[in-house]
Amino acid sequence: MNKSAIIIEEAGLLSTLQDMGRYGYQRFGMPVSGAMDQLSMQLANILVGNHPGAACIEATLTGPSIRFTAAAYIAVCGADMQPQINAKPAGNNRLISVKAGDLLSFGSLRSGCRAYIAFSGGVAVKPVMGSQSTYLAAGIGGHKGRALKQGDELELGEAPKRPVQKKIPKPLLVEYNPDKPIRILPGPEIHRFGFDSIRNLLTNSYMVSTQSNRMGYRLQGEPLITTDEKADIISSGIPMGTLQVPANGQPILLMADRQTTGGYPRIALLASVDLTHAAQLKPGDQLNFSEIKLEKAQLLIRERQRLLAAFASF
Amino acid sequence: MIIRTGNDISPATNLLVQKMLLLIERQNISGVVELVPAYNELLVYYKAEIIDYKTLLKQLRHAESQMENIANPEAAQLYIPVLYGGEAGPDLKEVAQNNGFSTSEVIRRHTGNTYPVYMLGFAPGFCYLGGMDEQLATPRKREPRLKIPAGSVGIAGTQTGIYPIDSPGGWQIIGQTPLKLFNPEQQKPFLIRAGDQVNFYAIDKVDFLKIQIAFEADNFNPETPPVR
Repeated sequence: MNKSAIIIEEAGLLSTLQDMGRYGYQRFGMPVSGAMDQLSMQLANILVGNHPGAACIEATLTGPSIRFTAAAYIAVCGADMQPQINAKPAGNNRLISVKAGDLLSFGSLRSGCRAYIAFSGGVAVKPVMGSQSTYLAAGIGGHKGRALKQGDELELGEAPKRPVQKKIPKPLLVEYNPDKPIRILPGPEIHRFGFDSIRNLLTNSYMVSTQSNRMGYRLQGEPLITTDEKADIISSGIPMGTLQVPANGQPILLMADRQTTGGYPRIALLASVDLTHAAQLKPGDQLNFSEIKLEKAQLLIRERQRLLAAFASF
Repeated sequence: MIIRTGNDISPATNLLVQKMLLLIERQNISGVVELVPAYNELLVYYKAEIIDYKTLLKQLRHAESQMENIANPEAAQLYIPVLYGGEAGPDLKEVAQNNGFSTSEVIRRHTGNTYPVYMLGFAPGFCYLGGMDEQLATPRKREPRLKIPAGSVGIAGTQTGIYPIDSPGGWQIIGQTPLKLFNPEQQKPFLIRAGDQVNFYAIDKVDFLKIQIAFEADNFNPETPPVR
């Protein structure tokens, strides 16, 4: 089988290679990175017959334009950016067959924030510390440790034979409705916040500010104030989905490229099942929080993973 | 899940974090993805679809019950060569003036202590060191530098540390080590781990280059005490 490649003709706002992330090195201060919306990334891979965790292109707000040098199968999941092949609508969440010379491009953003483009055979970049994910702040992983830019040529891995046509089961297709509340669990320092602050968090909307990126989202809304007026904690671990609150009371939602440890009080933690929803928020979106019990949150993520595994092995 | 071993920054509290980490690793709990130690906490990443909270808690309690039976984790003693002052340490004089010392007294005091590595964080390979001589304490620079080269050794308040990667920063830079703390392409990407002990020793420009070359060729062991 001949090697196929893709050529980036336009990069889009921020397009990086991401997989499931770089685990195992957080104790050395190495951030995890990886796809912000891991569900959509896995769905795209499953559609093209890849291992669910293979590296994809994560496109942000605007999609790239990609030329194919050989036939390939691709799929786009996550945000709807109106994918097109040779300027004809191709659709999200389905297997797309492309020929040599074809051009994948995108229209304007209809929903969500991040789209995942999977290529049959994956992208043949060398893993760094066990992952192909790009970590921009240290310039490692992905393609030369940076975001994709015009003229980049990426080799694809050896493609499997024609993938089976599959339809994504509806419960796995997350609807990116910014009005739907994001479910949270109490964080380790929740007791340091007053009743008013906790009520504020659960009853008011918070806006994703423009100072938001793969590291985290700075949210704007009613301030959350610690009762002891100490703004710092002893530096400690911070999983993706942690809501931490610096001295100004405006919470920060920590995402894939967060540092491994942080020194602000952790008021809450997102239920993992809603991380995919958080990953699809863009600056200007409002978000609302609601409470969930730990048992319920774990039940939901187990059910999600069961459906995903069934879809992958189908 | 978070395990807290105390509410302070101290060798005793941190040792419990290190021991707990070792105990959990030995127990090899299915579904546990990664352990992240900090000063007084250990964060346990786990997959809820493989192990639920209650089962994990039970397993962790079992690990905790072994605490008495486990020896202290092995800690490496690392000797870090540093070229102090000059271009490598543009703020050495400021630190000296700030504390009423000569520059050689700053070097003597900085190389005189043993520093426990409490944890890593902030950036890949960045060590939070304890144990600095408090008389060397110096506030951060008013204007942070846009780029501090990897290997720079600095002081900020009562803390001392080494920049593992080129980055902007406000620390007072007193020297530079030819060793690389973060080598993403290597089999062992990080030179120092939490629980290790660090000593600094002064070298000159010639040694700096020699050690740099030897380190690149994988021919330098920082665990070997320097010949004085």
